[in-house]
Amino acid sequence: MTSAEIKAVLEHQFPAAMVENEDLTEKQVELKGNQWLEIATFIKNDPDLSFDQLECITGYDTGEDGPLQTRYNLHSMEHRHKIEVVISHNRENPNVASIEQLWRIGDWFERETYDMFGIVYEGHRDLRRILCPDDWEGWPLRKDYEGQETYHGIVVQKMKEEEGWE
Amino acid sequence: MGVLENKFQDNVIVASLDKLLGWARSTSPWYFQFGLACCAIEMMASAASRHDLERIGMMPRSSPRQADVMIVAGTVTMKMALRVKKLYEQMADPKYVISMGSCATSGGPYWQHGYHVLKGVDLVVPVDVYVPGCPPRPEALIEGLLKLQEKIQTERPLTRKSA
Amino acid sequence: MGIVQGDQMILNIGPQHPSTHGVLRLEVRTDGEIVSEIKPHLGYLHRCFEKHSENVTYEQVIPFTDRCDYLASMNSNFGYVVAMEELMEIKVPERVDYIRIIMGELNRIASHLLALGVYGLDIGAFTPFLYMFRDRERILDMFELTCGARLLYNYMWVGGVSHDLPKDFEKICIGFLDYFEPQIKEYNNLLTYNKIFIERTADVGVIPADVAVSYGVTGPNLRGSGVKWDVRKDEPYSIYDRFEFDIPVGEGQFGTLGDCFDRYWVRMLEISQSVKILRQALKDIPDGNVHQALPKKIRPPKGSVYRRTESPRGDLGYYIVSDGTPVPYRVKMRSPAFTALSCLDEVSRGWMISDVIAILGSLDIVLGEIDR
Repeated sequence: MTSAEIKAVLEHQFPAAMVENEDLTEKQVELKGNQWLEIATFIKNDPDLSFDQLECITGYDTGEDGPLQTRYNLHSMEHRHKIEVVISHNRENPNVASIEQLWRIGDWFERETYDMFGIVYEGHRDLRRILCPDDWEGWPLRKDYEGQETYHGIVVQKMKEEEGWE
Repeated sequence: MGVLENKFQDNVIVASLDKLLGWARSTSPWYFQFGLACCAIEMMASAASRHDLERIGMMPRSSPRQADVMIVAGTVTMKMALRVKKLYEQMADPKYVISMGSCATSGGPYWQHGYHVLKGVDLVVPVDVYVPGCPPRPEALIEGLLKLQEKIQTERPLTRKSA
Repeated sequence: MGIVQGDQMILNIGPQHPSTHGVLRLEVRTDGEIVSEIKPHLGYLHRCFEKHSENVTYEQVIPFTDRCDYLASMNSNFGYVVAMEELMEIKVPERVDYIRIIMGELNRIASHLLALGVYGLDIGAFTPFLYMFRDRERILDMFELTCGARLLYNYMWVGGVSHDLPKDFEKICIGFLDYFEPQIKEYNNLLTYNKIFIERTADVGVIPADVAVSYGVTGPNLRGSGVKWDVRKDEPYSIYDRFEFDIPVGEGQFGTLGDCFDRYWVRMLEISQSVKILRQALKDIPDGNVHQALPKKIRPPKGSVYRRTESPRGDLGYYIVSDGTPVPYRVKMRSPAFTALSCLDEVSRGWMISDVIAILGSLDIVLGEIDR
């Protein structure tokens, strides 16, 4: 199926979940977060769609006061088609349902996105930081991230634009 | 050797104990097999065929307690920094550290935006020899190891004043 | 990890351990010798690749991709430039395509040689490691001849490659292949059909095909489970559709399909397939200017692209978002070793501690790419 056909199927099944977003390309589709687990279960198990492979989860920060996003790249090994699902979260309290039990790789991908952006995946059985240490402060890949000054007594040296090394 | 010259048979060598110890210690420093990143592959390449570190008396040990030299081969991150320090403390004296590659020396390509990268392993452990390069060629590492051997040779463990 | 009950105990492997292939820590919960749960702890080599990409220009990202997968830097570069060219709609000269495939396949051989040699080392065979490093050095010599670097090349640029092939490269490369092909038989005699090696790997750590797909396991690990999936064939990029080669899959000849031996064996067969591709590419390579299509300024139009390529470890994906400036807005690397490692817990349950080392080695992980 082409992306347009997949979108049509989604629109038919979940008319309330679709979001119009002109910034996205034709391969991407934006959905509302509240129905995500239901939609994910459907597109994984529906014989015509059967997205059995979760290629990638990308966290995304749209900039200053804009929302955070999670982008899922899905692929079907059986039908060889793909789609990219985009879900926006509000910046103060970013959360969405976890799909960790549908695609097992979602476990680590979600932990990574949580680690880098602070997006909370509700229903994840073991949501911890994965790359940074457990006691790290802040969400490194958000655009407004400021690195911490020291970590366990070790100075995190930083280059300042004008002054040079600290 | 002055007065002692020609007093002994041909197969006897006279030296001060201090120098002798330095010589003995320098010729076979076993290194700690401790790969961190890209440089570890070059460290492996120098230990494997073609370069073969064992011909200069260097042998990899997997435990810090058996090793004399720690080759910090690769980027040290904040999460790893405390472990590197702990491993260094586990080694028995006399111990030496070689900082291999620009990451271990100064943060390398990650010096500017690497929020999680330690900018130089010398912030946590004392370093004896720095080997530049990204990654250094095996020849460069061997040169660094020979420099370390020279350094060990000049040490005088018996006459060194204790702190 | 919860409470330790009864005879259970917790064993820490790493972050400094010779068979974790880098700085990985495994928290293993065991009952005697039998493993009941493994928790991998990553991030000891988290070098902020994605943060760097957001702060440097598009061409400056390439050296950082080198350092992510340091065993197959050419393939790392390849994935990035293919994604960038898709975003910018650049058509590269034919010679560039051929050079990239030659370099990519040479690097695949080098990476597999290291993976198999070190796997032997993990299992307890030292000699194959030395044999394979001997031949790997010859490949590195050819890279050195081409671009001056042994390990991290920064060779493929968006729209071209940094240097043309040196004089007589074709001859040197064919000479290497003629030397190398008989060596494969030697490896097989030395390691593959070794009784001890088979005992240690056959029937151990079986990954069933559906589990592998659900965990996003790709590349030789997925093919070891019998799934015929190779991005080079199924979603061809560059000019891979012009070459004739097979996709080896596991057959379970010494045990169950999808065991450690199958994963090992697929890699061994893939080396021969790479040789096959190399011979075809070296025969047909056309003349041309490799710098012809290099863009003066890399400033892609607004938009995003996700493109995956086949690195020696599996599907290497790049998600690139451009906002129209010379600096990427977001670069995400989908690392194949990251997904392969995630199934370690499920696969190793019920095996002994020494088998965990065999399973981990057969997954062929590179920590630089897992932690990025």
